[in-house]
Amino acid sequence: MTKLDIKNTVKKVQDQNDYSDLVNLIPYAKTIGIEVQRFGDDVLFRLPRRKSNLGNPILPAIHGGVISGFMEHSALLSLIMFMDTPVLPKIVDFSIDFLRAGHDKDTFVECEVARQGRRVANVAITAWQVKRAEPIATARAHFLLG
Amino acid sequence: MTQLVNQLNQLLDVLNHCKTIGMRVIEAEQGKVTLELPYNASLVGNPETGVIHSGAATTLFDTAAGFSVMSSLPEVEICPTLDLRLDHMKPAEPFKPVYGFAETYKLANNVAFTRGILFQNDRNDPIAHGVATFMRLQAGSLTKLSDVMEKVDNSND
Repeated sequence: MTKLDIKNTVKKVQDQNDYSDLVNLIPYAKTIGIEVQRFGDDVLFRLPRRKSNLGNPILPAIHGGVISGFMEHSALLSLIMFMDTPVLPKIVDFSIDFLRAGHDKDTFVECEVARQGRRVANVAITAWQVKRAEPIATARAHFLLG
Repeated sequence: MTQLVNQLNQLLDVLNHCKTIGMRVIEAEQGKVTLELPYNASLVGNPETGVIHSGAATTLFDTAAGFSVMSSLPEVEICPTLDLRLDHMKPAEPFKPVYGFAETYKLANNVAFTRGILFQNDRNDPIAHGVATFMRLQAGSLTKLSDVMEKVDNSND
């Protein structure tokens, strides 16, 4: 299996301000198509519209599981990028409220690390499409660190 | 295979993402559904171990729970997820399929309540426990499976 060099990858992508190498480390993130953009200390995660991410074909709408996976992985990347975590955090639990349908459009996610202790971190996650003030989903996750 | 399993697999085939990741319904009865997610390298969340991403597990659970609601209704309806929670007991083992079982334990007029597990070798030793609630859409909207299949067929012409 591939040995991950998270520390150096994070350093490299931050120096270059091109986060594709960090995304490409994880096959699932590549499969659904996550992108990372950084503006100073703010990080915006983007999931460009993609036919293979759709669930309900009538609306059409993005599969709720893809929205969840996108939000979970954004939370994990936030921890890796800011917390100097040398290993992949492990998910403990994930809870999501779906507020609006996720249409076949680009989706954006922002994360807030609400608390990071020595062993566990709590991350609040918001996803939207048209307006930040009109989220399509809010979620929270706990991760084990180290 | 029962008629219900066939009917649900037919629906699964029009859900692009489920089809892409190769999910299948393997068991179904009224209000109880088991789905299989075959191991797939494109779903890996940790390349050091080959374990699949928890996001793929969430997709499996969301789909299993949603399908358990549909199977508890007199005619299959599309029901959007209201909320969902998944607790991860332990990582999945790599190179093996993951199974998602969900049951609708209360079907109210507007809301359906579901719970379930994800497991691999042993149902009694789950890798995750989950709960999810779903909205029932009002009659009159395009909710019936037969309508959905017809609309999808037409849009493919």
